Amino acid sequence: MNANLSRLLRAVFVVAALLVPLFFASGYQLFQLTLVVAYALSVLGKNLVTGFGGQVSLGQGAFYAVGAYTAAILMEHFDVPYWATIPVAAVTTGMVGLALGLPALRLGGLYLALVTFSMAVSVPQLLKYKLFEDWTGGVQGIVLLKPDAPFGLDLNPDQWLYLFSFVVGAALFLAANNLVRSRIGLAMRAIRDQPLAAEAMGVELARYKTLTFGVGALFAGVGGALGAIAVGFVSPDSFTIALSLTLFVGMVIGGASSISGAIYGAVFIVFMPNLAEEISKAVPGAIFGAILILFMFFAPGGIASLLEAQLRRLRAAR
Amino acid sequence: MEGLLHQVISGIATGSIYASISLALVMIFLATHQINFAQGEMAMFSTYIALTLIQAGVPYWGAFVLTLALSFIAGMVMQRTVLEPLARAPVLASVGAFLGLLLIFNNIAGWLFTYSLQPFPSPFGEGKPILGGMLSRHEVGSIGVTLLVLVVVWAFFRFTKLGLALRGAAYNPESSRLVGIPVARMLSLGWGLAAAIGAIAGMMVAPIVFLDPNMMGGVLLYAFAGALLGGITSPLGAVVGGVLMGVIENLAGAYVVGTELKLTTALVIIVLVLVIKPTGLFGKALASRV
Amino acid sequence: MKRRTLLTGLGGLAAANIIRPASAAGTLVGVTKTEIKIGHTCPYSGNASSYGIQGKSHAAYWKRVNDMGGVAGRQINFISLDDAYNPAKTVEQTRRLVEQDHVALLFNQLGTPTNSAIHKYVNQKKVPHLFLSTSADKWGDYKHFPWTIGYAPSYRTEAQIYGKYIKANRPNAKATLIYQNDDFGKDYLHGLQDVYGKDFDKVFVKVVTYESSDATVDSQVVTMKDSGADVLVTAAIPKFAAQVIRKTFDIGWKPFHVMSNVSASIAATITPAGPEKAEGVVTSQYLKDPTDPEFKDSPDMKEWRGFMAKYIPDGDVTDVGYVYAYSVANLMHIVLKQCGDDFTRENIIKQASNVKPVALPLLLPDMMAHTTPTDFRPLKQLQLARWKINTWERFGEIIGA
Repeated sequence: MNANLSRLLRAVFVVAALLVPLFFASGYQLFQLTLVVAYALSVLGKNLVTGFGGQVSLGQGAFYAVGAYTAAILMEHFDVPYWATIPVAAVTTGMVGLALGLPALRLGGLYLALVTFSMAVSVPQLLKYKLFEDWTGGVQGIVLLKPDAPFGLDLNPDQWLYLFSFVVGAALFLAANNLVRSRIGLAMRAIRDQPLAAEAMGVELARYKTLTFGVGALFAGVGGALGAIAVGFVSPDSFTIALSLTLFVGMVIGGASSISGAIYGAVFIVFMPNLAEEISKAVPGAIFGAILILFMFFAPGGIASLLEAQLRRLRAAR
Repeated sequence: MEGLLHQVISGIATGSIYASISLALVMIFLATHQINFAQGEMAMFSTYIALTLIQAGVPYWGAFVLTLALSFIAGMVMQRTVLEPLARAPVLASVGAFLGLLLIFNNIAGWLFTYSLQPFPSPFGEGKPILGGMLSRHEVGSIGVTLLVLVVVWAFFRFTKLGLALRGAAYNPESSRLVGIPVARMLSLGWGLAAAIGAIAGMMVAPIVFLDPNMMGGVLLYAFAGALLGGITSPLGAVVGGVLMGVIENLAGAYVVGTELKLTTALVIIVLVLVIKPTGLFGKALASRV
Repeated sequence: MKRRTLLTGLGGLAAANIIRPASAAGTLVGVTKTEIKIGHTCPYSGNASSYGIQGKSHAAYWKRVNDMGGVAGRQINFISLDDAYNPAKTVEQTRRLVEQDHVALLFNQLGTPTNSAIHKYVNQKKVPHLFLSTSADKWGDYKHFPWTIGYAPSYRTEAQIYGKYIKANRPNAKATLIYQNDDFGKDYLHGLQDVYGKDFDKVFVKVVTYESSDATVDSQVVTMKDSGADVLVTAAIPKFAAQVIRKTFDIGWKPFHVMSNVSASIAATITPAGPEKAEGVVTSQYLKDPTDPEFKDSPDMKEWRGFMAKYIPDGDVTDVGYVYAYSVANLMHIVLKQCGDDFTRENIIKQASNVKPVALPLLLPDMMAHTTPTDFRPLKQLQLARWKINTWERFGEIIGA
């Protein structure tokens, strides 16, 4: 297959993924897909940090929360239109990521896991704290209005929001794809695989690690903002440690060292709990846990690496 | 002044809870070089087994020993069935499996034993608290048990061939295999021992926080932080770290920032300590190979 | 475990229900000649899964209704979904119930943040959102949210009752408060502040909080004792209320102790803490405790035991959660019967907001549920009770806010 044709096919696939649900899915299903985009971006951020950067982070939910609250506070207190909150959320979360990344990344491995884990645990407490209560709404959270489609487009709010999220998501996925293929991406992987050698060859470890961490946070922030707009509500209870663990599961299931893995992972964390619930209402958590372990057995590198291996086998067979 | 002393002592009591789970985390880390996120839930499940035995009429210490034995076997079986197949997979796959186990234990416990709070008996009696009411008998007893477990674990790794083999198998599996250490068996042994230590922790914690399927949810983070503060490779460090965690938390909550941010503050303090001394207070640096 | 009777596939496009605007009469959704669909969410997984028993109890309740012929010749199709106490998931599941399963109404969905997330949505969609399983103060706002009706007495009202009681009986109190740092706990803080106003900071010399993820509250109890207070208010879930009771006893502190109704359960709080350590604790109640000897032979309790034995044989009959669920399901049942043969959403909300005073089973003697178009809080009554040896001794009048 020549390269142009495959690129064309891919483009057709993307457009189909956008258009088919837009006109054939119900509002409820579009809402689910919008959530998939929000989670996929957060998982993608995690993939960059963990899969490509080799840093184990357990606190992606914290950045998701920062993004969500940035969007919510701007909309609620400053009447900023929803679309304008996305870049602000990205920048804010990216900055927070950089600031936390500096001390956190001096510690590697398990220590970073602890720091990020602690961060995820602390975020709900900080959101509730009385100093910030006027902004965050404290324990009550903030209720948001659902945006309507602009320019007189004949789309309902669910369709419009899906379209909007899809475009934002696609742009960021493209950006991530370019990033990992760039010099920075190369440096990131060098650090992951051979840290000492990389350093010896002049890669500035701390700088790249921190940068990666910031970029990973940025992606989660955008995801959080999109999620908040779609759900129409933020509260401390929306961003407990469970969210961070869910995003972690999304990363592991999808495949940490791949870009497309983030999409598979997000689909898994949105739809698999519903399936687990269909199987047993008594122990949906246990069913989900068992499915998770089974996936690890059959696709230890995640769905993306499984698919890649299959694809390679197909090519080799020809 | 009495208030301060009271907070410190109460912090030591709570900290010994964290320390007991920290010990189990260190055990499994020394044996496998991994952090088991399901450790707390496994301990909780063991405690339910003990409660079931006690309710069936088995005397406390009989139930205690039986629970240890059952947990030990269950830990080995789990390593064989769940972790062994992932031995060659990326590390993240194991972490995924740990999270899966956590969910399974938590949910199955709720289903089997209900989510209602259960009182769990203490072997140290209900008598009058000591030190002017600052410590209950159970708290004194459980601090003693934690110290006892510490001594045993330390001696095991320090003086026995088995302990050395266990550490070797985790540290350098290839070389260990060459000198004739059955690495796979060592890994399951480590899991078994960690599960048994966790079971002890569970039975000591339950009379204080009461038994329910989420009993360990809050404890695990503190235990994890405590273990790292003390140094993840050192049993003594785990205990010191866990206890310090309890004391810092109490003092931060009572005197510094108020209860709303005490956990956050305690964690910040620990992170700062780790930035200055990354191996923890008692830990050894893990050599990184090029 | 009982599965949902109707499993619509992922597509859901095949759902047979069509929204029929039945002329001027109103919107008829989720109701056919043979069936009424009711939607529900609660956490079956995650940290709050202990509340899953409410869903379990409801499913059993409607099964019994169906076994006895249903309502107005129709079987109840009760669809209960897991939201893991995550507001985002609640939105997803509720939208599924409304847009894909086409339920007639939403009943007793659990949690404050979770219901907050769908509050606006269900009112925009004009779906009856009835008898919520949360006692936050905000669910009675009939003006702005005419489709949402609460159920139990609000925490804030309850706290006001405690405040007035303390003020009357301990005029010179030096008080201290421990509350769970979330919407539930904050309502108690606000209720007490309502009563004491400017004096709150003077009377309450120490206010401390805990997180539901904490291991113990021992440190908080020590802090409160050190404040020199002689009145203690505990707004906590059973686990931590039990710890407070035990720790105050252990450290030899004997404050005048008032405790939230949430933790009044004998099995969940008093037994674990030790009944002798709870002597003198004051709380308020509106439900009969299943382990209270006083109600052992009351007809409603017997009927409930029969229900439990037949429909939830593995359920814990000491758990107040089942009692609560049974009482609120009864109220829903009454409203459905009151609808006659008109199950339009408009009529359902009209009937739900016109419930004449009725003594629901398992409410305390002389208590009534009742709603009017300008009163969306079915239960408003509480009675104070004091723990004595092995039971709650109720005292004083029934207090209706």
